[in-house]
Amino acid sequence: MTTIEFRKDLFADERVDDLKQIGKPTVRQDILGHVTGRSPYYDDHLFDGLLHMRCVRSPHHHARIRSIDTSAAERMPGVRRIVMPSDVPHNINTLLSLINFGRDDEPLLSHTKVSYRGEPVCAVIADTERQARAAIAAVRVDWEVLPHVLDVEEALEPDAPVVNEEYPNNTFDYHERYDHQKLRFGDIGAGFAQADRVIEGRYQMSPIEQAPLETCGAIAAPETNDRFVCYTSTQALFFSLGTTAKLLDIASSRLHFVGGTVGGGFGGKVDSIVEPMATLGAVLTGRPVKFMWDRPEEMQVGAPRGGERWYIKDGVMNDGRIVARSFTGFFDCGAYTRLSSYAIIKATGHLPGPYTIPNVASNVYCVYTNRTPATAMRGFGITGVDFAIESHMDKVAEAVGMDPVELRILNAYRDGDMKAHRRLAKNTALIECCQVAADKAGWRIGPQFAAASSLSDGGGDRALIGETVTDQEGRIGERRQRRIPFAPSERGTGRIAAGTAGEAVSAARPQRDDMQPEPERIGHKVSAADPERPAQPAAPPAPAAPPPQAPQPAQATPPPVYEPQAPAEPPAPQSPPPAQPEPYRPSEPFQRGVKRPGASRFISGTRRR
Amino acid sequence: MEKTALNFTLNGAETGVFVDAGANLLDVLRRGVGDQTPKYGCGQGSCGACSVLIDGELHLSCLTLAETVAGKSVETTAGLAGGPELHALQKAFIDGFAAQCGYCTPGMLMAARALLDSNPNPSRDDVAEAISGNICRCTGYEPIIDAILAAASGSGRRFG
Repeated sequence: MTTIEFRKDLFADERVDDLKQIGKPTVRQDILGHVTGRSPYYDDHLFDGLLHMRCVRSPHHHARIRSIDTSAAERMPGVRRIVMPSDVPHNINTLLSLINFGRDDEPLLSHTKVSYRGEPVCAVIADTERQARAAIAAVRVDWEVLPHVLDVEEALEPDAPVVNEEYPNNTFDYHERYDHQKLRFGDIGAGFAQADRVIEGRYQMSPIEQAPLETCGAIAAPETNDRFVCYTSTQALFFSLGTTAKLLDIASSRLHFVGGTVGGGFGGKVDSIVEPMATLGAVLTGRPVKFMWDRPEEMQVGAPRGGERWYIKDGVMNDGRIVARSFTGFFDCGAYTRLSSYAIIKATGHLPGPYTIPNVASNVYCVYTNRTPATAMRGFGITGVDFAIESHMDKVAEAVGMDPVELRILNAYRDGDMKAHRRLAKNTALIECCQVAADKAGWRIGPQFAAASSLSDGGGDRALIGETVTDQEGRIGERRQRRIPFAPSERGTGRIAAGTAGEAVSAARPQRDDMQPEPERIGHKVSAADPERPAQPAAPPAPAAPPPQAPQPAQATPPPVYEPQAPAEPPAPQSPPPAQPEPYRPSEPFQRGVKRPGASRFISGTRRR
Repeated sequence: MEKTALNFTLNGAETGVFVDAGANLLDVLRRGVGDQTPKYGCGQGSCGACSVLIDGELHLSCLTLAETVAGKSVETTAGLAGGPELHALQKAFIDGFAAQCGYCTPGMLMAARALLDSNPNPSRDDVAEAISGNICRCTGYEPIIDAILAAASGSGRRFG
């Protein structure tokens, strides 16, 4: 029995001696509501005079909108309001803009073109759902169908259609300049040269719909004090609140969001699409409005786990040791970014899987295609690449004639090993998992593998950060030029000095000033020997100067309701000008998280940790 | 749209409501009568979340024309407990951790009730068959089957 190591500095309230619940039955706090049918899902809230909203959706993967004719729909019985893109006050957003990550690229209702099948172009609000359905069928849209692309690699061809005008290369721009996420560890070319054999594989995972039993939806209604209440199925209440505030250009203090009872989510209810629509309906009609996806909508436009394609190339010794592994990955993020850009960062951080491999390289792309935008799902960012890695491990085992479980134990990371993203492996347990799984399955493994332990034989040479090689293709900041740079396998050109866990934390120098390493957070010291890097990056670089794009909460327009009525006469000269509050100045410079504060004026508190 | 008066018995109580021609029973129960226990999952009879008993027989309320229940007895999860004491199935679901998000639970309980009413001592296969029209995306079904079997045998364990 090993003891559990707690970071007391991070988990001050956790005490090992308090952990007594394992093995004891307990009652779910929400289960009485579930078994009596009284759990308050968003659709269980009753409103008098509830109106129903439905969207007109694109039947094409990619099409320009020439015109939308709603005249017939407007005259249909029960129709209260047609909602056009021009009714959306701030009709462009990206989900992660709330943490200043990525550019706004997705309208709530498309006004120029649609980039995936099912993209909404306008909506109808009617007295009953049936009337709303009849009315959207009467809306005439004149489409100019455009060529579309549904395959990630085809989307990176030079002549591929541009899916998302905000990203004309069909790739997400990391830090606004890099078209992929890159990982380099050791010398991949030397690793392949040293290997007895090289084994390649291509793995593809299709998009997967979360298919929660409760479809996405929200009910919004005017409340007192000129606020709006919104009952929603969301998994991410404050994402939904902030996104609604931004799209509707409304102060978040005027929004009262109620969630928490979710009829299954699995990642499919974080996209904050339905809440802005329902709230917009309530704003435009002054009535309670329900916007609920039906099952076909949930399956067609509900954002799935994105498809992924991985190319893996392993350099393997005849005894089964993997000495080099390179990845080229393509995430199909669909027509808009949503959360895929972030999923790729997670996936890259996971490479090369739970194995200690001295030479690793990867290029991972977030690719736009004319598919339904992808979003979170269980194991978000990890599941697809793990499928590829573990399939490839089986392939390697077959190629070298080794038992697949033994191959995994041989290459498994152990406590004290250096991982490719330059953090020491701690609390590893792959070896033990393999042993238990083999035992339970009645799968015989050799005695030396049955005796292996994650706690022994790690560290030492395996804790070193080898000299890392950069290469022409993978040069930082290099843009794609008419072809896709696969992760390299030849000898590189540049060199970055070796290091160990104690000193050089990030072998590569920060690419930008605002990307300083955070030694405290990652638990290592930075070598003071490097004169170009501050010994303590946490120290304030320039305490006096606020960040260049300082947040400007003062300039944000106050919500109209609080605006003092303009006097009929010119204001008296003695009346003092309205006080201009001081711009927010942090007491200490930001060290992590938000890099460019102030880009979003809709959210307060993102900068507080 | 012209409304029709509809009278039926809901969980033992006489109920009257005006319904649109062609309205389905699910909408009438949820919006017309205010019984929120049947859930909308698909609207096409695939998921079972809207299951109710009509004259003791299991039906999908989303595919049932409301007017067809005139004069009949409709039972939903709201009437399962029948007093302050929970039904044996509800207790077994609590004890057996047979619900996670809870959205399929009312439909599952109705399917289980229909089974136990007709077959008080079902086999595991009988239970699996009985809930085969009800989709659950969270539990993987095993805890639900265990709970229904426990309710049938009266062997549910209670938390102390």
